[in-house]
Amino acid sequence: MLSSMEKSIAELRETFKNGGTKSISWRKSQLKALLQLINQNEDSIFKALDQDLGKSPVESYRDEVGVLKKSVTYTLSCLEKWVAPKKAEVPLLFFPAKAEVMPQPLGVVLIFSSWNFPFTLALDPLIGAISAGNTVLLKPSDLAPACMSFLVETIPKYLDNKAVKVLAGGADIGERLLQLKWDKIFFTGSPRVGRLVMAAAAKHLTPVTLELGGKSPAIVDTLSTTPSKAKVTAKRIVGGKWGPCTGQACIAIDYVLVEEKLASTLIELLKKTIKRFYGENIKSLKNISRIVNKHQFQRLVNLLKDPNVADSIVYGGSVDEEKLVIEPTILLDPPLDSEIMSEEIFGPLLPIITLKNIEESIDFINSKSNPLVIYAFTEDDTFKKRILSETSSGTVTFNDSMVQFLCDSLPFGGVGQSGFGRYHGKYSFDTFSHEKSIMHRGFYPEIEPRYPPWTDFKLLFLKLAYQFDYFGLILLLLGFKRS
Amino acid sequence: MLMENKAENKAVFDAESAKEVVKELRDSFVTGKTKSHRWRVTQLKAMLKMLDENEPQIVAALRDDLSKPEFESSLYEIQMLKNSCRLALKEMNHWMMPEKAKTSLTTFPSSAEIVSEPLGVVLVISAWNYPFLLSLDPVVGAISAGNAIVLKPSEMAPASSSLIAKLVADYLDSSCIKVVEGAVPETSALLEQKWDKILYTGNGRVARIVMAAAAKHLTPVVLELGGKSPVIVDSNINLKVATRRIIAGKWGCNNGQACISPDYIITTKDYATKLVDSFKCELERFYGKDPLESKDLSRIVNSNHFDRLSKLMDEEKVSSKIVHGGQRNEKNLQIAPTIFLDVPVNSLIMKEEIFGPLLPIITVDKVEQSFDLIHSSGGKPLAAYLFTNNKKLKCKFVETVSAGGLVVNDTAVHLAIHSLPFGGVGESGMGSNHGKFSFDAFSHKKAVLYRGFAGDAFLRYPPYTPGKLTLLQALLSGSIVGIIRALLGWFWA
Repeated sequence: MLSSMEKSIAELRETFKNGGTKSISWRKSQLKALLQLINQNEDSIFKALDQDLGKSPVESYRDEVGVLKKSVTYTLSCLEKWVAPKKAEVPLLFFPAKAEVMPQPLGVVLIFSSWNFPFTLALDPLIGAISAGNTVLLKPSDLAPACMSFLVETIPKYLDNKAVKVLAGGADIGERLLQLKWDKIFFTGSPRVGRLVMAAAAKHLTPVTLELGGKSPAIVDTLSTTPSKAKVTAKRIVGGKWGPCTGQACIAIDYVLVEEKLASTLIELLKKTIKRFYGENIKSLKNISRIVNKHQFQRLVNLLKDPNVADSIVYGGSVDEEKLVIEPTILLDPPLDSEIMSEEIFGPLLPIITLKNIEESIDFINSKSNPLVIYAFTEDDTFKKRILSETSSGTVTFNDSMVQFLCDSLPFGGVGQSGFGRYHGKYSFDTFSHEKSIMHRGFYPEIEPRYPPWTDFKLLFLKLAYQFDYFGLILLLLGFKRS
Repeated sequence: MLMENKAENKAVFDAESAKEVVKELRDSFVTGKTKSHRWRVTQLKAMLKMLDENEPQIVAALRDDLSKPEFESSLYEIQMLKNSCRLALKEMNHWMMPEKAKTSLTTFPSSAEIVSEPLGVVLVISAWNYPFLLSLDPVVGAISAGNAIVLKPSEMAPASSSLIAKLVADYLDSSCIKVVEGAVPETSALLEQKWDKILYTGNGRVARIVMAAAAKHLTPVVLELGGKSPVIVDSNINLKVATRRIIAGKWGCNNGQACISPDYIITTKDYATKLVDSFKCELERFYGKDPLESKDLSRIVNSNHFDRLSKLMDEEKVSSKIVHGGQRNEKNLQIAPTIFLDVPVNSLIMKEEIFGPLLPIITVDKVEQSFDLIHSSGGKPLAAYLFTNNKKLKCKFVETVSAGGLVVNDTAVHLAIHSLPFGGVGESGMGSNHGKFSFDAFSHKKAVLYRGFAGDAFLRYPPYTPGKLTLLQALLSGSIVGIIRALLGWFWA
């Protein structure tokens, strides 16, 4: 007796087998339908995001709705190009052979999304999976329940139910899904759960993409340039920390590295900017999300419990348990072995670590595991080159924060503990495709020396052939070369 | 350096030893040594020299392990490796260069690129059937991408394993490239460590163990596995050429013990007899009347596999279907090229990857039915082959058969095309290598975005107002007209 979950998946497999998702017209119709879904339900989406995370419409548009619209539109405009086979070069030896690489859908794919960007992290991979011609089971996070319900109710109204399904539920549903066989699993979340996903995938040899996180640092080297650049730096840091879901983002700035002598300048600029953007104190906080739930709230509050950490607070620190709000908080040099400096913060607490010399930031970053992003505010080209060649991260962004997310031509993904695999733009299409190699030969001409019985002559012939030493081959055939 | 679990007085290679090896390599990697273009070039040139100066020894080791004919050793192991080194040496500069990425109006002004960097310390676990090629070809890729490497050759080809260990120690930089010999205990010790990438060539059972071990450290993997690679043979073709090419890809490649070996044939009932006759004729021409006497066939690697293959041959409903061959010599671990006609599809020989000199032919009424047969077999093989002159059949084949790689009118040669990614899908594996794909497999492609301080879109920041929302909508759309309109609307509001 199959459970309803297994029946759903069986239907996805059947649809894929019957070629229901293969045609470009099907894929385009689904993408257009998704665009319609977003366009016609913007208000409901804003409402759900406000309910789950206290996001304002502008933040919701900037980080979720707008990003998705952009992604669908870009994919629609490029799809035909991406689906077309690409010619591959064939050595003259095999003339008149042809070779090409043809992208093919993997089959039935599973997407796990996260709670902090419940629409973007669910639907952006979905765009990739559909564009590549797969059938999809989407499992949104139940920690953003209003968004999850919206997806469960609304997707069936717009997309092909036989090919795209959404399943509500918590970790137990996730575990059950992982027991089954998939052709690909796309996971966004924590490294801890990433390990479980990959271990489950190993049983079926299912390829996975893991979009995880880490402590994404911001190196600040531009405070001693012009005042306007310093101001912009501060804005971009504030925007990159508290802008995305109050710091609950894999690409949010986790901590800042700055030279000792510039720390107070930075802190003053940050304070001013925070007050201007979000308000003077916790009572009058606006334009900022809240903490997703009590569990995360408690975790963040606990990071501040250590007295040495609490002592390092130079701004903020107030919390409102009822409203699940923690005000933007800045810490100056908390102990390096404290939890706030060893775990990914994923919240509105910003440690500032001071160094004697900004170049030390490279060793500091390398002492921790590879982050998803390194932000570096600097105009020193040599320093930029050093950062690029001496550190390793998913992405490096110079002189800004967050915007790399909007570049469809840049692969978005981690390395090391921050994950593997990538997506966005064509990378999304590729991540859900198998690149099949195809070679076409004719029956003529024949390369006789391939066949036994083998002789020294045949061996020499093929050695020259393998080296594409055509001149040598001619000499051999004319009798001018000896074995 | 790294010892086998042979004599009692020799050290055992356990988790502690493995940890030390990884630490040593990581320390080397951190110095930046392997990143330099010069180091990579030196190592690749050293490998070329190694292959040039040791051809007879390599051929001898392969003869010991597999009775591999000199021809195959020379071409499919040594020559292919040399080609790989030469290609890397020629193209590496180009591969190492950052790739420019386009940026749109949304992030104007900005510039972007994708930079290749080595992953770090990588583990290559290779197989016994092409012990040199499958060990050193990934190593070429890993070196060209700038990594430190541990290579674990297969213990089932012991002469090759120990020669590889010796040659790598003699020719390559031991502080960055090491060989660990051994079997299950040594491999397990290695798999417990944290690697930046693992490339495994072998079977599905062990691949699952490798991937599960990798999961503990979130290590990405490339798995080059196998499967039952089918050959569809249509009528109205040049039968002689087709037969010879199938023979070359099957028995000419380590006597069928190759991941992309034609595993079984599907042809029409009408054509089957002609096909069998053609095989008989060409097989005799290639290997003589008594193939067990031919010097041009590898032997079966060991008695385990000999027994496994014998079991496949001797199954009751299968043994009666032999139409050619069947000769065996257990002492010399030899099995002659053997062809079966119409074995039951649920027989063992049709269920598991054969990996040997046995070739079942399954017949169908119409050649189009081959596709159903292939799909119903479930797994996605590493390769699939079709011999035909029918354009429609070619199209259907290319579009519907899911396999790592497809070849029309030949077998196995796609391996020599470096512009094609070589890898599996589903049960036949994940990831790809060869040529630039190897370089990519062992690289992290880091996205880099350069922004300036001009052009700070104030509408990114709070306070968030409805006006900003409109502008943001225009900005994100990337449409210049939309942006101008919105800006004008903003200014005139």
